[in-house]
Amino acid sequence: MTAKTLFDKVWERHVVVPETAETPAVLYIDLHLVHEVTSPQAFSVLRSRGLPVRRPDRTLVTMDHSTPTDSAQLFGGVPIAIESAARQIRALEQNCAEFGLELIGLRDARRGIVHVIGPELGATQPGKTIVCGDSHTSTHGAFGALAFGIGTTEVGYVLATQCLLQRKPRALAIEVTNQLAPGVSAKDLVLSIIGQIGVHGGTGHVIEYRGPAIEALSMDGRMTICNMSIEAGARAGMVAPDQTTFDYLRGRPRAPQGEAWERAVTGWRELHTDDGAVFDKVVHVDAASVEPMVTYGTNPGMVAPVSGRVPERRGDAVFERSLQYMGLAHGERLADKPVQVVFVGSCTNARLSDLEIAARVLAGRKVAPGVRMLVVPGSQQIKLEAESRGLAKAFIDAGAEWRESGCSMCLGMNGDLVGKDQYCVSTSNRNFEGRQGIGARTLLASPATAAASAVRGRVTDPREFLN
Amino acid sequence: MDPITVIQSRTVVMPSSNIDTDQIIPARFLTTTTREGLGVALFADWRYDSTGQPRPDFVLNLPEAQGCQVLVAGHNIGCGSSREHAPWALLDHGFRAVISTEIADIFRSNSLKNGLLPVIVDEVTHAWLVANPGAEIEIDLPAGVLRLPDGREVPFPIEAFARYCLMHGVDELGYLLGRADDIAAYEGRVA
Repeated sequence: MTAKTLFDKVWERHVVVPETAETPAVLYIDLHLVHEVTSPQAFSVLRSRGLPVRRPDRTLVTMDHSTPTDSAQLFGGVPIAIESAARQIRALEQNCAEFGLELIGLRDARRGIVHVIGPELGATQPGKTIVCGDSHTSTHGAFGALAFGIGTTEVGYVLATQCLLQRKPRALAIEVTNQLAPGVSAKDLVLSIIGQIGVHGGTGHVIEYRGPAIEALSMDGRMTICNMSIEAGARAGMVAPDQTTFDYLRGRPRAPQGEAWERAVTGWRELHTDDGAVFDKVVHVDAASVEPMVTYGTNPGMVAPVSGRVPERRGDAVFERSLQYMGLAHGERLADKPVQVVFVGSCTNARLSDLEIAARVLAGRKVAPGVRMLVVPGSQQIKLEAESRGLAKAFIDAGAEWRESGCSMCLGMNGDLVGKDQYCVSTSNRNFEGRQGIGARTLLASPATAAASAVRGRVTDPREFLN
Repeated sequence: MDPITVIQSRTVVMPSSNIDTDQIIPARFLTTTTREGLGVALFADWRYDSTGQPRPDFVLNLPEAQGCQVLVAGHNIGCGSSREHAPWALLDHGFRAVISTEIADIFRSNSLKNGLLPVIVDEVTHAWLVANPGAEIEIDLPAGVLRLPDGREVPFPIEAFARYCLMHGVDELGYLLGRADDIAAYEGRVA
């Protein structure tokens, strides 16, 4: 039997009609995640063609992107400030009612960022195909699922047929040897990987992250890594499921229960790359050499160690333009750069362990004067848990804002904005021009680096707070 | 979706590499529930100043850019967000094709599904196009070639089924719905 990659195995199990020279494969989708921003036009297509949703039971709907994180707007009777966002939220409520879909709605205790609640509810499982009208769907690959972002037209296709037409992508292995040093996180590792392979290093590929440093990561860390696969151009990232995966999923509401659980785990254990399986491309990364990282430019590949400097690339017009936008100079030191905003949140870094490490850095300390710090839990369940464990108190006592769950400041469409020319150390995934607000200057980093930078009011290596 | 056969147009050149979909259309324009009328938001943060007035030096605001249907972009256009609003905005503005050396996966897929032709060319052809903004070119979809003003023909890759859909102005949904029996059989098999 031919040796297969993890990706081969998941792909092959979902082929409804094999691909030919003339037509792509018809690929079955096990789980379709839907949110308010990329779905309204898809429901309109179904309506205009008189089509029902084929599998409501395989469709998980929530709201996160344009949804406010302000308690008063969600629970205090204050109207949603952005009128078009309020209309979008109402449209999703109406679409779910009309098409018979369960909605994890605005005030539901299970609501949260779509890529946080899928795993949290146990809906995300090894071996599944998972899609969503959102590029960070790659997050779910941390469980050994094949998960990728799609556009709104394809959202319509999946609603109507539970299938997509796909050509099989190529396979890229990222072999991460050794272990991360203390105080260095999964976020630093993935930023370092993107710095190494570039923002289009993964285009056309599905990445499998492998090796001892990946195996040692918690599910939260693996999700952070897979989440940012898209920032390297790859539609999907995967990690082979193991005991860490099974321990995370056991007992979650949508995970198999009882005997079905045992059967599922037996099947999941086969989901690994066989010895001798061949990848189209292999990249080697030494985890031990990774330091806390921070971006300095306007794409996630423009990244350096916090202890480092902006590279010197005079004469490169695109690079120059990027530095001009960021207000940084060739060769400038990154540590000690003053910052005005700190954001801990997003589908990249708003899970409980992310909040724990940020709270550990902040405990007994204050956010520096003049710095606004926003902490936005990835889900309402995480919010409750963080409150019961005293994390929320640590944030509030330090002077940070503690919000309701949502995408928040990761993207400027829900009222949480970074001002023009302000520097924001952000645990999110994109430092594109204007991503966090018009003229906003984003410095991507880990939760620990973000919290340490909030305390100092300057870009700060978190290790001095963690030892 | 209008069928595409041959696109003849002058080019507009935006040589920046890694133009992401947040630049093509910023997130604040995504709180819409329709796909129409997004052309005004195309490249909004590059195109308008803080008072909303067009910046006279931005390429899309130049008189010679008006009516152009082909955008030549730097390497790797369309990275980032999966927002289909990006091709919707480009189409609404009047573009019918985007040319680069590399086009990000989701943006390319979204473009194909809306009748915006993604054309990937080699470095040499790309360098010539970047150096010659406003060149009158022809993109021949049935032949799968780009014709430069000197008559040179440059083949470009395009997936067979996507080409069929573009040339006939149909989407893939009809095909997928036509496989309903296969889908039901699959569901029966794995249940």
